[in-house]
Amino acid sequence: MMKKNLTLIILGIVCLVFPLVVRSDYYQHLAIIAFIWVVVGSSWNLLAGYTGQVSFGHAIFFGIGAYTAGIFATKLGISAWWGMMFGGIVAMLIGLFVGWVCFRLRGPYFALGTLAGGEVFRLIATNWESLTDGMVGILIIQSFRSKLPYYYIALLLAFACVYAIHLIMKSKWGYYFVSIRENQDAAESLGINTLLYKNVSLLVSSFFTGMAGAFYMNYMAFIDPEVVFSLHYISIMAILVGIVGGVGTIMGPAVGAFIMVGVQETFRSSFFGLAPGWISQGHAMAFGLLVVFVIMFLANGVVGDWSKIKRYVFRIKPSSVS
Amino acid sequence: MALLEIKNLVKAFGGLKAVNDVTFHVDEGEIFGLIGPNGSGKTTTFNCINNYYPITSGDVVFKGKSIKGLKTHKVCHLGIGRTFQVVKPLARMTVLENVTASAFCRVNAIGEAQEEALKVLEFTNLIGEKDKLAKSLPIGGRKRLEIARALATKPELILLDETAAGLNPGELDEAIDLIKKMRDSGITILIIEHIMKVIMTISDRIHAINFGQTIASGTPEEVANNPAVIEAYLGVE
Amino acid sequence: MDVLIQTLVAGVLIGGIYCLIGIGMSLIMGVMGIINLAHGQLMMVAMYITFVLSSYMHVDPYFSLIVAMPALFLLGCFLQKYLLNPLMKVDSILPENQVLMTVGIGMVIAEICRFIFTSDYKTVKTSYGGEAFFIGNISFNVPMCIAFIFAVVITLILFWFLAKTDTGRSIRATAQDKEAATLMGVNSTRITIITFGLGSALVASAGSLLIPIFYLFPDIGGPFTLKAFVICILGGLGSTAGAIFGGLTLGLAESLGATYIGMGYKEMVGFVIFIIALVFLPGGLVGIKRLIKS
Repeated sequence: MMKKNLTLIILGIVCLVFPLVVRSDYYQHLAIIAFIWVVVGSSWNLLAGYTGQVSFGHAIFFGIGAYTAGIFATKLGISAWWGMMFGGIVAMLIGLFVGWVCFRLRGPYFALGTLAGGEVFRLIATNWESLTDGMVGILIIQSFRSKLPYYYIALLLAFACVYAIHLIMKSKWGYYFVSIRENQDAAESLGINTLLYKNVSLLVSSFFTGMAGAFYMNYMAFIDPEVVFSLHYISIMAILVGIVGGVGTIMGPAVGAFIMVGVQETFRSSFFGLAPGWISQGHAMAFGLLVVFVIMFLANGVVGDWSKIKRYVFRIKPSSVS
Repeated sequence: MALLEIKNLVKAFGGLKAVNDVTFHVDEGEIFGLIGPNGSGKTTTFNCINNYYPITSGDVVFKGKSIKGLKTHKVCHLGIGRTFQVVKPLARMTVLENVTASAFCRVNAIGEAQEEALKVLEFTNLIGEKDKLAKSLPIGGRKRLEIARALATKPELILLDETAAGLNPGELDEAIDLIKKMRDSGITILIIEHIMKVIMTISDRIHAINFGQTIASGTPEEVANNPAVIEAYLGVE
Repeated sequence: MDVLIQTLVAGVLIGGIYCLIGIGMSLIMGVMGIINLAHGQLMMVAMYITFVLSSYMHVDPYFSLIVAMPALFLLGCFLQKYLLNPLMKVDSILPENQVLMTVGIGMVIAEICRFIFTSDYKTVKTSYGGEAFFIGNISFNVPMCIAFIFAVVITLILFWFLAKTDTGRSIRATAQDKEAATLMGVNSTRITIITFGLGSALVASAGSLLIPIFYLFPDIGGPFTLKAFVICILGGLGSTAGAIFGGLTLGLAESLGATYIGMGYKEMVGFVIFIIALVFLPGGLVGIKRLIKS
């Protein structure tokens, strides 16, 4: 217990001083992106890992959040930061609608429904040009020149999200979510209003994801439907972050976020410039291979399969003990 | 007024009537047995009581009010608990967590819920296994867990579905004791059972069905000697 | 009126070929309960094979079937045996592992094709490409008609295979009840491998037949996977006969949508039908039948 608390405190300090020590824009950017994924991954994990409703459409909430912020700026003339507050709320409302449509579907069909939902929203954003400017996307002026404010806002968002989920999971809600995941019929017979609680989980999940999307709009200052409603790079990425880190654990998605962002960037930058340029072309293939690899061997993630990893790693190390 | 009344209950799946015009009532404080050969419609009847299956026609009346069509979780809140014939443990949660989750039916704070859960675990003799994962329990433990979970929702009436099936003689005696303990604590029990020893020794009254229809009703002796019941179980000479 | 009939004809012709896509997925879903999100990418592989044969050896697309179908059959078997079957033994919290695995497979396949062929749009031209014959005022596009006939023949052969051969019957048995089938001596591992191969071969045939009318590029897989789902859901998941209904319905819906609403929203038609069907018809055609009976 003490050891765990100590680790977290050290981690917290590292996060706080990181941008002051590492002054490179590039690495600060990576950290910000990683924090965004901590939020999206943890939110996905709440709905999928803890409540058992595996969404393949988290891009819906991310994109809605992003577009809410963007539309606030371009159509309403209000700063996109207000959009960040409303991004979460609008995403929650959409979440209610998605839940209404999709929760009557069980198991893999829920996954398919959410996947289709993500694509539908992408198409709507592409075609409803009067609202979203379609494929042109939305461009706003960045509020800050330096990355520092963005870094700390992202860190705060990530911390708030993970902590909120931690509190939820220790409460009645948490017990109910896992009961629904384990056996929905039994849960119902034990007095749990499964439909209500599935929606509660979805609302929290969509809220934080929406806020992450709205933050993304503020930070990147440019979005378009292909990016923020992307099936592979938002929805599937959220799933991978959750799985790689460890589904159904609190810190898993956070770990997964950093791993996934790290791996992706390693390929995109051709191993940070150390490898031939064509490696970067293969980053999409690397992504696909990573999915295959993780599902086959690390289905419970780094945090979940930590004991398995320790065994494997120690086994292949040459024995130095006499 | 009976605690539970089943009135002309019919449950049809397409053209097949799994439960066909069954009527009986359960009085407060008694142990009421429901027997019948495999496939006779016993579990389906249970499933109709807590609306796990929607009723085709007829009525289910609990404490004087019809509960037909009421959502399953609401039926639980009203005071009817149930166990499942094929046990449904919340596998990746511990025994304590399983029962705590059920206890939230009546309380909201986690501390209280855990307290309640521990009391129920003592009552059902599962306190030693409280930190084990539900999926690691053998069948006897799982069946007791089903009961413990239902008990944590503080039911007035509990539906026990074949809680003795698959148990060895020692476990069987323990199960019978537990059921009697439950009745003594004020819970009315409606029990489906196959094992004659269990149902004949503990039931106050029994209702026998076959092919979804009532074939006998009355005290254990009356029902045991009823020719239709004998035929249903053993066949005609 | 003529426009309507023309639209219907076009819809039926393409619908017939869509059936092949749907039947393949329906089999896989029925037997293994696997949702194959790589279905469209498998079709793309067949299309690239056809493209290569057509460009370099001037083989007519319809004859490439002879190469593409077996090739995809083998690929399908390989994928099922080494990547999907092992998953059934992995114990993890999420049951949707195999869906995710197919996503990964689909991505890798698409990227391999992109690597080999680049993202350029490829086409396959046939000498009789633009020809059409007329019945009254209605034109019948020749390549489409030939493709339609092939599709019908392949479907009939498939139904004969499922009904009359041992392997076919084993497949149907496994789809109905895997455990029971295993108890009766069916090697369910072998059957799952063959079924995935078969499903892949079927979608490969659709690929070869459709390439004359579609542009080919590495991202073409996604939309076709979606089409496969719409078809399956419309027809009732796991029902091969239903997939025929689903295929024709989708073909007609797209055709009508293109004529009367506009080309831009054609992509949406598929999704909208998908969601409506998913919500209101979880049992598909089979579900409607049951609803009517009860």
